[in-house]
Amino acid sequence: MRQTDKSDPRSTSSISSDAYVRETEAPYLPPPPSEVGIKGWLYNNIFQSMSDFSSPAASMRSLLVAMFTVFVFYFFATQLYGLVDFALLSAVWSDADGVKRQACWTVEQGGSLPEGWHGACWPYIFAKTKFILFGAYPLEDLWRVKTTYLVGSLLLVWVLIEPLPYRKLASLLLLVVFPMFATLMLTGGGFGYSQTTVGLYTLLGLALITLRRLGIAGRLTGVFSDLASVSGIAGWTLIFIAAFMAIIGHDFGLTNIDTRDWGGLLITLVVAITAIVASLPLGILLALGRRSQMPIARTLSIVFIEFWRGVPLITVLFMASVMIPLFMPEGVNFDSLLRALIGVTLWQSAYMAEVIRGGLQAIDKGQYEAADAMGLTYWQSMRLVILPQALKHVLPGIVNTVISVFKDTSLVSIVGIFDLLGATQSTLADAAWSSPVQSPTGYLVVASVFFFFCFGMSRYSIYLEKKLDRGH
Amino acid sequence: MARKNRQVQTDEPVVLMQHVNKWFGQFHVLRDINLRVAKGERIVVCGPSGSGKSTLIRCLNRLEQHQQGDIHVHGIELNNDVKNIDEIRREVGMVFQHFNLFPHLSILENCMLAPIWVRKTPRAEAEKTAMHFLTRVKIPEQAHKYPGQLSGGQQQRVAIARALCMQPQLMLFDEPTSALDPEMIKEVLDTMVELAEDGMTMICVTHEMGFARKVADRVIFMDEGQIIEQNEPEAFFSAPKSDRTKLFLSQILGH
Repeated sequence: MRQTDKSDPRSTSSISSDAYVRETEAPYLPPPPSEVGIKGWLYNNIFQSMSDFSSPAASMRSLLVAMFTVFVFYFFATQLYGLVDFALLSAVWSDADGVKRQACWTVEQGGSLPEGWHGACWPYIFAKTKFILFGAYPLEDLWRVKTTYLVGSLLLVWVLIEPLPYRKLASLLLLVVFPMFATLMLTGGGFGYSQTTVGLYTLLGLALITLRRLGIAGRLTGVFSDLASVSGIAGWTLIFIAAFMAIIGHDFGLTNIDTRDWGGLLITLVVAITAIVASLPLGILLALGRRSQMPIARTLSIVFIEFWRGVPLITVLFMASVMIPLFMPEGVNFDSLLRALIGVTLWQSAYMAEVIRGGLQAIDKGQYEAADAMGLTYWQSMRLVILPQALKHVLPGIVNTVISVFKDTSLVSIVGIFDLLGATQSTLADAAWSSPVQSPTGYLVVASVFFFFCFGMSRYSIYLEKKLDRGH
Repeated sequence: MARKNRQVQTDEPVVLMQHVNKWFGQFHVLRDINLRVAKGERIVVCGPSGSGKSTLIRCLNRLEQHQQGDIHVHGIELNNDVKNIDEIRREVGMVFQHFNLFPHLSILENCMLAPIWVRKTPRAEAEKTAMHFLTRVKIPEQAHKYPGQLSGGQQQRVAIARALCMQPQLMLFDEPTSALDPEMIKEVLDTMVELAEDGMTMICVTHEMGFARKVADRVIFMDEGQIIEQNEPEAFFSAPKSDRTKLFLSQILGH
């Protein structure tokens, strides 16, 4: 399309009169060289703001901008170099002589490293890797945690990577089967819940699902038809709980590992994943409840959200670990990790609910009306029309909340559960590895692991946003 | 021309409204509405803004709830029974001023959603029906695009196809051309005229008097929540009876 003739288009027509009407077609020209390529990029993004020397004031501003730019570059370069130098270049990588802490001492401190040396002490981390990753989980049973990690990550990859087939099946496995599998593997199972309880839950669940079927078939009226609209979800939840109890109740011959022996990254992942996965559906229900026309559902949702949102997580955890046992009958031992899990999940779902409510509010009234007018039921229109749009709108907010709770899991260490940070901190007390670089190395590892997970979630959400973009 | 060889069955009215009253808070928005629409009839409702014409047709599928009087649609009483409401909504298609297509679903999925989930039509059959109606509104080639990629006129034609996919007995149009650019109004009106010629029972709230003249069996004029006048289009436009109608017509046709 571009015309290549060299004649200047401006010279061929006159601009003398006010009413300028073009008589020949204006040629399509390539953009000026200052706009394209590396040179164009550098000019537009860096040098444009410091190239104006037309007046003393403008020159002054250009000079200031130039100095500031140089300073910023210098600052980040030195910081980055400092980090690379500490973690890689100057770091001690091995403790060949088996002298432990002395491997990371300078001459003055009694070791062999040169004066003024400052670098990471990796042998200390290598020695503590097992504790940082798994806490006091027994060595001979570590394969169970590793298998769980492997199965979980494979399923996650299967669900998250677009071109793989049967992703719906994979989601079902990940959300329904995997929690049972993970609980069984990690705890050892064999809790022996009574058959009657499991049977009762199953029956109740089946009854509720039947009610739902009847509701769909239109055989119910009045209150029953209202009840039927939610009984499907309730029924399936009960069936899930029954199956869960049946599986972890059964004795597969695995040794029971008390959750007090769990620790490190294992705790961080268990708490974070449980809170994230459970808080999303709970948050959706609470958000829908808060916008519901039904006064009871609305009031309950508001009370729940405001209560949990108004209490700091630390308080929630203290309540869970100190208060709940006081209300329990003598001899009932309610696992402390489970208590913390429930606390974090409920607390998190209140936040999730408010983020999702924001998304629901952004949906045009016309969408609700169109769904109603074509005869979709309330739950159908939520599931098929409203929620897909609302969740997409607030995806950045959801990921924000998720990342935030992932890091907040560190707070469980104040009730004596050792997460990644807590476990690493406790290895700092080991005098065998005591050196001035011990704690910087430990905290660097903790920060890197947290960053790895949080940055991963952030990138995935950006990918998801692009994928779900429908150009409107 | 199509109007002449079409028979209007008068035995079972598709819509029957008797002494319907509705309030928004203190405001009496519909006042003693009585309306009977026979199968195959095409009604155009007009009137100044705020006269209650949109509210009137939104009461027919329970997007708004009336407080007094009886409404029967397709022989089913419209009351608080969810079963009746669902049954009526299955038989009544609606086209909105702002299209209200679902932006996260493709054009085809928009058209298949209700047949699959409400009528429990098998997917393959729903797709066939959807393509049939998309062809009828002349945009089958857009089936796999998303609403955001279409022009306003195309979106409104999709909205009409989406409503038709439920094979409704009655179509409600709530100012279908009011949000469109002038050059797109014609394509939507042409689609509606074709629909009318096929014998669909229609109630249209619209300011398009040309459309009313061309296809309506009856024009209803509303003002301040009441039906002021109704007549065949010729008589309605040439010899309006009430002063309010005359004033309205002079304003809308005067420019």
